[in-house]
Amino acid sequence: MINRRDFLKNAVKGIAGLALPLAAIEIVSPRKLFAAKGETGKESKIRWAFLVDTYKCVGCGLCVKACKLENEVPYDANVTRTWVERYVLTKDGRVFADTPKGARDGFTTSKIDLGEGKFQDIKKDDIQKAFFVPKLCNQCENPPCVQVCPVGATYQAPDGVVLVDRKWCIGCGYCIMACPYGVRFFHPVYKVAEKCNFCYHRITKGLKTACVQACPFGARMIGNIKDPNDPVSRIIRNERVSVLKDEYGTRPQVYYIGISREVI
Amino acid sequence: MKSHVWRPLFVVIGIVLLILIARQFLVPKDFGIHERGYMYGWYKKSNEEYWKTKIAVKYKSAEYCKDCHSDKYAMIMQTPHAIIQCENCHGPAMEHPSDPPKLAIDKSRAQCLRCHYPLPYPTSGRANIRGIDPEKHNPDVECSMCHNPHKPKIGGTK
Ligand code: HEC
Ligand code: HEC
Ligand code: HEC
Ligand code: HEC
Repeated sequence: MINRRDFLKNAVKGIAGLALPLAAIEIVSPRKLFAAKGETGKESKIRWAFLVDTYKCVGCGLCVKACKLENEVPYDANVTRTWVERYVLTKDGRVFADTPKGARDGFTTSKIDLGEGKFQDIKKDDIQKAFFVPKLCNQCENPPCVQVCPVGATYQAPDGVVLVDRKWCIGCGYCIMACPYGVRFFHPVYKVAEKCNFCYHRITKGLKTACVQACPFGARMIGNIKDPNDPVSRIIRNERVSVLKDEYGTRPQVYYIGISREVI
Repeated sequence: MKSHVWRPLFVVIGIVLLILIARQFLVPKDFGIHERGYMYGWYKKSNEEYWKTKIAVKYKSAEYCKDCHSDKYAMIMQTPHAIIQCENCHGPAMEHPSDPPKLAIDKSRAQCLRCHYPLPYPTSGRANIRGIDPEKHNPDVECSMCHNPHKPKIGGTK
């Protein structure tokens, strides 16, 4: 039988024993550490955003070619950081969309690639609307791909760009499944998750991204949305622009001029 | 209580301590929670530097070519092809002319057809570019046989 004296003694010991390891395990919050070093608090003055004018895009695919070569994405592998989709909407309400090889070689035929080796030509008179839509990473304000990473290998830099740590990534593929826009893929050489990062090595040096520079028609633009005088941020504020899959709540930062609801 | 009851607990505490000590050495100092908080900003800070500095800039833009190939530059700037970057047809400059000493020349018909295959799409800029039917317009020869890509007007410099 346990008497009152022993019970109290053991209770005190037990609580002390529980409290001790908890105190020992409490790791200093890194955020507090970095705050002490003055890293947080001063918010970044840059927030990169992208603007695509689909009226200007002609589907030449030179952006895709430039992106693959600039970012060393294997040229013949069927993966790419950016691609161009063709949408053809017919007068009787059908929607066709294709992107052969991500439009690396442009669109040099009027036949729509239906997949599985099937093609369909649509007569000029049947076309209601037809246009090209360049796609790339949306660098979401709330990136779901980052939330799901179990190891902290993908993250959002202070200027909004979502990056992948190639040394830290374990290749589990959660992020590839989580991205609602399908912009992530496995890098065939590094065997880790790969994605568009707005050519981070270029924009941080004051250059334009490879795709923006390669585009002959000015259909692609990049800018700093926090700078009120930036041409891109002016257009986004003052004109009618839209984003993809707004309802997902990811707050994408690639804005489009001239897309219709058929574009997904 | 007898000590053998406690022993497994000591073992567990020992393992936890070992893990905590190993963690101190294995986790990089700059790995942790940064500006965007735990949900979006849990990462190794120095990886930002990797992306900023370790990737080479390969595309240099037409301004880079201007001084050495001034003839081509001046020529193309007079034409509707002025909007096309030299590197779109000649590949990334990288460290040219030291490495590579010569750039490629893409003379394929497919290269020109990216823009000149006729796709009369309403609400797309493509409809405004004059197209040619590649099956009827002088097939089987390179376009540059007759058109100078730096001066595409018929009878250019050829
Ligand atoms: C510092 C001077 C310099 C710059 C800058 C330069 N080039 Fe060159 N380029 C050369 C030299 C020198 C050669 C070799 C010419 C030769 O051997 O006939 C060459 C060769 C070439 C060739 C191959 C010519 C042939 O006959 O096969 C192409 C194409 C070319 N350059 C394109 C470019 C483009 C496009 C750019 C800009 C992105 C550029 N160059 C920038 C100096 C330069
Ligand atoms: C639309 C594609 C295209 C663009 C844009 C273009 N080139 Fe060329 N370039 C060619 C082709 C094709 C040839 C080969 C011409 C030939 O065979 O006569 C060539 C040849 C050359 C040559 C070497 C051959 C020669 O005739 O001396 C140089 C140097 C060159 N280009 C430089 C440039 C520079 C610099 C620019 C940018 C100002 C530029 N090119 C833009 C397609 C292009
Ligand atoms: C990036 C798109 C693009 C590419 C690639 C391109 N062109 Fe053009 N080209 C244009 C545009 C835009 C015009 C001006 C619009 C027009 O005249 O229809 C033009 C005009 C022309 C013209 C008519 C020039 C005139 O003044 O009458 C010829 C000929 C021509 N291009 C030939 C070529 C050849 C040959 C190539 C391949 C070496 C080529 N183009 C590649 C966009 C392109
Ligand atoms: C055998 C020489 C020859 C070759 C090869 C050739 N063209 Fe032409 N091209 C011409 C001539 C001549 C004209 C002007 C007469 C005409 O309109 O047919 C012309 C006209 C054009 C025009 C202007 C059409 C218009 O409506 O005004 C374009 C664009 C063009 N060519 C692009 C190309 C492209 C792209 C290629 C390669 C796929 C090519 N050409 C190959 C000789 C050639």
